[in-house]
Amino acid sequence: MTTPTLLPDGEPQAGGWRRGRPKYLEVRNLSVSFDGFLAVDNVNLDVIQGDLRFLIGPNGAGKTTVIDAITGLVPATGSVNHTGTEILGRKVHKIARLGVGRTFQTASVFENLSVLQNLDIAAGSSRSPLQMLRRRKSVEPAVEEALEIIGLAGAADKKAGILAHGQKQWLEIGMLLVQNSDVLLLDEPIAGMSQDERGETGELLRRIAANRITLVIEHDMDFVREFATSVSVLAAGKVLSEGSVAQVQADKKVQDVYLGTAATEGQ
Amino acid sequence: MKSLLRGRLGTVAGFTLGAVLLLGVAPALLPAFNLGLLGKFLCFAIVAVGIGLAWGRGGMLTLGQGVFFGLGAYIMAMHMKLADASLFGGSGVPDFMSLYGSGEVPGWWEPFRSPAVTLLAVVLVPGLVALVLGFAIFKRRVKGAYFAILSQALAAAFAVFLIGQQATTGGSNGLNGFRSFFGFDLKDPNNKLMLYMIAAVVLLLSVAIARQLMHSRFGELLVAVRDQEERVRFLGYDPATVKTVIYVAAAVLAGVAGALFVPIVGIISPADVGVIPSIAFLIGVAIGGRGTLLGPVLGAVCVAAAQSSLSSTFPSFWVYFQGLLFVLVIGFMPGGLASLPALLGRRRRTPPEASDPVAPPDAPDPDVEERATKPEEVSR
Repeated sequence: MTTPTLLPDGEPQAGGWRRGRPKYLEVRNLSVSFDGFLAVDNVNLDVIQGDLRFLIGPNGAGKTTVIDAITGLVPATGSVNHTGTEILGRKVHKIARLGVGRTFQTASVFENLSVLQNLDIAAGSSRSPLQMLRRRKSVEPAVEEALEIIGLAGAADKKAGILAHGQKQWLEIGMLLVQNSDVLLLDEPIAGMSQDERGETGELLRRIAANRITLVIEHDMDFVREFATSVSVLAAGKVLSEGSVAQVQADKKVQDVYLGTAATEGQ
Repeated sequence: MKSLLRGRLGTVAGFTLGAVLLLGVAPALLPAFNLGLLGKFLCFAIVAVGIGLAWGRGGMLTLGQGVFFGLGAYIMAMHMKLADASLFGGSGVPDFMSLYGSGEVPGWWEPFRSPAVTLLAVVLVPGLVALVLGFAIFKRRVKGAYFAILSQALAAAFAVFLIGQQATTGGSNGLNGFRSFFGFDLKDPNNKLMLYMIAAVVLLLSVAIARQLMHSRFGELLVAVRDQEERVRFLGYDPATVKTVIYVAAAVLAGVAGALFVPIVGIISPADVGVIPSIAFLIGVAIGGRGTLLGPVLGAVCVAAAQSSLSSTFPSFWVYFQGLLFVLVIGFMPGGLASLPALLGRRRRTPPEASDPVAPPDAPDPDVEERATKPEEVSR
């Protein structure tokens, strides 16, 4: 790689924009149990580079728990394979170093640090001790690019704590970008955003997803319809249905448990 | 004023001012006795710099810095005892050992006959102990109040251990009666001045190191770990490593301070390293402002000075006063005195209901950061 660019040109398409073998995330028989309660029950998922996959389902379906399990936050059984590397059972920070990044339902940025510092920390997990003990003199190109992409270039020196809710979500996405993750797991990235912000975030996700493996948890069906390239429906810890938005909407089982009104409303 | 304090020029000016005050003005104005006292306070200030890093920046309530202070102090004291015994007694056996023990120097004392080993050990022993402890504690994700209790228990255990070893550590009497320091006569006023100067230079150096740590990328990461330890993991960092590094730095500073304390004060005993002195180290830092660079230094010196004057006037009263001060500062001014200007400035500028604790008045500046304005911080 010469100059790293965070975003490629073009629309996302399954198989990725790069030539050669695409990267993938393969989840097999993933189960998470809390004191005997099966929150995630034998979930299988395949997300391929370039796919903008949405994970939907009613409250308590286990969507966030799936992401928690993949990122090592909760112990799980089964297998999660990231392009040939088994990641399940590793420590959280090791999984992150293997290129799996996530955001949280409630934006969790470092509120006492500036936007720039937040991004710089996210970009730096592979820095040497000597680099760490030095002062941050210049802004890394990737950080600069991320600032532009997330529209916070003007707020780089502001404390992250005073950002608006939507801006915090964008900052989190920016942190994922500079973190150089191949796998992006986003937990309700547009919650609490205005209509305009939602549109912008959707466009941003589309561009980001073009060369990454992206899994987004979302409740807003209009948003899903507009931006998803594929959808997995989770209910009671199990994958109920999978496919394009149209396929999933047509699925009788899905209509029963979840989509029902929303699906007909949108047509 | 603020912009003057920032920037390279401001830093250099600040350090020059500090050096002039400590190395020029104080020795010229203060009588020898008071200079010795100031030297002792500067030792506490060096410990405070470390606590400022670990607690203020790292969020670790280190209630047991007495352990590392004591390690440094006892190593230095053992060397000085051995050196005195060779210089003045001829036998090479420290006086108290002949009185209470078998009259033989135990094997683990022997390495500290060498000045070089002693100087190395003063830095390495506290550092290594902190490294092992830190990894054991932080890898297991022990934090908050549990970490505080654990570190305090260590200080208590360390003091009890020392008291029990009458024959080899002097027991509750500690080690005292030193006559020389690396060959220099401790009664000579010039040598006393030299010791003060060394303490002052070490303090300036430790402030410089702390400043570099605070402003480095590591310092930014440390604040991130303090505020959202779990979040940092998802960025690929192991918070245990980050916390251990700063814990070791604080321990080394405490150890060096202990080693300077011994020749300046002339005694080290379990009463200087146990639970109460460990808490006393903390009080100065809390009062001065734990999140800032100079707050801990000024707080430590002021509290130590107040203690030394008040405790001689009202011997039984000081402890209560100290406790009250601690409660008041933590309760009403968690950022310490260093946060006072920022607090006043904010009050003047904005109406009370708009003073959101999150909203900072200015762009972030690590030197004047008033992060520690949230009450929940205390337990961290």
